[in-house]
Amino acid sequence: MPELLEAEAREGAALPGPSRRGGTATPDPANGREVQEPQVPGGGPGGGAPWLLLTLPAILAYVVLLLLPTLAAMALAFTDYELGAGGFAWIGLDNFAELLRDRGFRQSFANTLFYVAVVTPGSIFGALAIALLIEGGRRGRTLFRALFFLPVVSLTVAMATAWQYLLHPTIGPLNAMLRQVGVAGPAWLSDSGMVMWSLAGIGIWENLGFNLVLFLAGLTAIPRELYAAAEVDGAGSAWARFRLVTWPMLGPTTLFILTITMIRAVRVFDTVKVLTQGGPAKASEVLLHTMYQEGFTFFRLGYSAAITLVFLVIVLALMWLQTRLLDKRVHYA
Amino acid sequence: MARRFGAQPVLKGVSLQVAAGEFVALLGPSGCGKSTLMRIIAGIEQPDSGRILIQGRDVTALRPAARDVAMVFQSYALYPHLTVAENIAVPLAMRRLSAAQRLPLLGGLLPGARAARGAIAAEVRAAAESLGLGALLARRPGQLSGGQRQRVALARAMVRRPAAFLMDEPLSNLDAALRVHTRREIVGIHRRAGCATLYVTHDQSEAMTMADRVAVMQGGEILQVASPEAIYADPADLRVAAFIGSPRINTLAAEAGADGLVRVAGRPIGLRTTPGPVTLGLRPEALFPAAQGLAVRVEAVEFLGDAVLLHARHEPCGTALVLRLPPERRAGLAAGQKLALGFEPDRALLFGADGRRLPARDVAYA
Repeated sequence: MPELLEAEAREGAALPGPSRRGGTATPDPANGREVQEPQVPGGGPGGGAPWLLLTLPAILAYVVLLLLPTLAAMALAFTDYELGAGGFAWIGLDNFAELLRDRGFRQSFANTLFYVAVVTPGSIFGALAIALLIEGGRRGRTLFRALFFLPVVSLTVAMATAWQYLLHPTIGPLNAMLRQVGVAGPAWLSDSGMVMWSLAGIGIWENLGFNLVLFLAGLTAIPRELYAAAEVDGAGSAWARFRLVTWPMLGPTTLFILTITMIRAVRVFDTVKVLTQGGPAKASEVLLHTMYQEGFTFFRLGYSAAITLVFLVIVLALMWLQTRLLDKRVHYA
Repeated sequence: MARRFGAQPVLKGVSLQVAAGEFVALLGPSGCGKSTLMRIIAGIEQPDSGRILIQGRDVTALRPAARDVAMVFQSYALYPHLTVAENIAVPLAMRRLSAAQRLPLLGGLLPGARAARGAIAAEVRAAAESLGLGALLARRPGQLSGGQRQRVALARAMVRRPAAFLMDEPLSNLDAALRVHTRREIVGIHRRAGCATLYVTHDQSEAMTMADRVAVMQGGEILQVASPEAIYADPADLRVAAFIGSPRINTLAAEAGADGLVRVAGRPIGLRTTPGPVTLGLRPEALFPAAQGLAVRVEAVEFLGDAVLLHARHEPCGTALVLRLPPERRAGLAAGQKLALGFEPDRALLFGADGRRLPARDVAYA
């Protein structure tokens, strides 16, 4: 690697600078030799193609940092490799066959879908509603924006501890409040029917601020005149103006937020790891937590890689769906 | 129809009436409050005091939607995500369809929606055809030129047949040639639609050519409301006289003595008015070289083809004057030359120290 980069740097120094034009021979001040501006691609001083030299750093970074690890993980998914084992065997699709039979994985898959299905609309429509309220209000824009953005800048793991206290069945303030009004609060994080709802609630809280800031930026970009025109055109109610102006004009923002939020929701891990460890009885297992368990607790790297591949396919499928189905229906001004 | 209203401090007690079917231009330099006045009439902004009446109905407390006015915005304010046809249909759909009937898919299934939508489509088509937009109905505003967008905005305003049209500098984003063309088109639309129109502009040629009456506004006040001819030839205020006309009106400091005789640099000029300091205003075409009169030195002669502009300086008081002469008078005029300038007494305008117009009587008949 270092040799390669160095060679590339040398070649780079010999490349003609942008100030010399027209293919005329000019003395290179760096080493005193004549430099010929390339007339056609590939006619550079080193004999190599200049485009290749110029893109090489980016290509290297992409291959070494992204492509190779992904390919390695994909290859691993077709082996029975376990960390510390002397060797491994290619086992074809056995890992995936096991995934299909594995009730724990099926539970984890379903839980992840549930989490995405609750957190995405919850945090998007919640953020939109609050953004509209803040935008429509006269005061406190900055204050409210900062308040709702706090969860985004704070560390989820640290905040999860706070949530653990808040949601504690006996000493938690939430259940204490419920007791005041005569309701026996559930065990938020240890009731298997409740735990995913609790995690999804925390997920909405986590994502809301980010989406809110994006919506606020999108709202600011809508020309005021359009609202004036809508009023004169007869859109008397706030809902009519929202349908006619706000919602369509926010289209590109909403599409971006939808993509980002879904991907962030599929990636849920830290709250699960800190608060429930997938429990009780795998009731809150999610894809990434299962992958982590298989790979780093049971050291079944091959199996873990297969889960990773499933995760990757889900994320790519979501992105593909969004670009195919929604991008055409969004108007970019 | 009457609209009255007064607000502080952008607008200092403004009163303006537009008769049914009349075209009134609101003319003034930028920042004089004319757009604010228009937005208050539309209901987009609220007046601090005063009332707005449209067809005898007090609409001051009503929402814009309930005022039955249509507005053309300077930026056109078209909905960028809707096609031309949908843009024009918005005012009709908002009024004739219920919220449920406007829903994208389900709305069409509701009783009455289909018939209402059919009627709207027909009216949209008619409005678009009358403005030459028939071929563009499926396009979006982003795919249109400035002039086409402007027509879509006009079509959207006229499709509903409102009680009043409000236009806020609708031509200022067009290039010069298109502006002159669209000017005539808007007047044509107004003739056909026949509804009261208030037209805000800072361009005096637009106001003068299009309007039945011009309201000249400055510093939040309406200085004069009159026909274009009266605004030009018979201004009520020095600021109106100075704002209208190009080249600007010539002004000379003068003094009316106790006998009422107006003197410029101590010499009587054949006019009589109320005693006190006065300003003499003379349009460039009201002045001409004569055997005797104001003593000037010629500074420059500009030949424009259809006219000659003569720049001169009044020697006794050092004021610059501009004359517009017919082109055949050019011969024998040269810079540095000394001339005497006469003027037609009935075209001389006298203004008092407060800028108000003073009566001027020709001494010969007095």
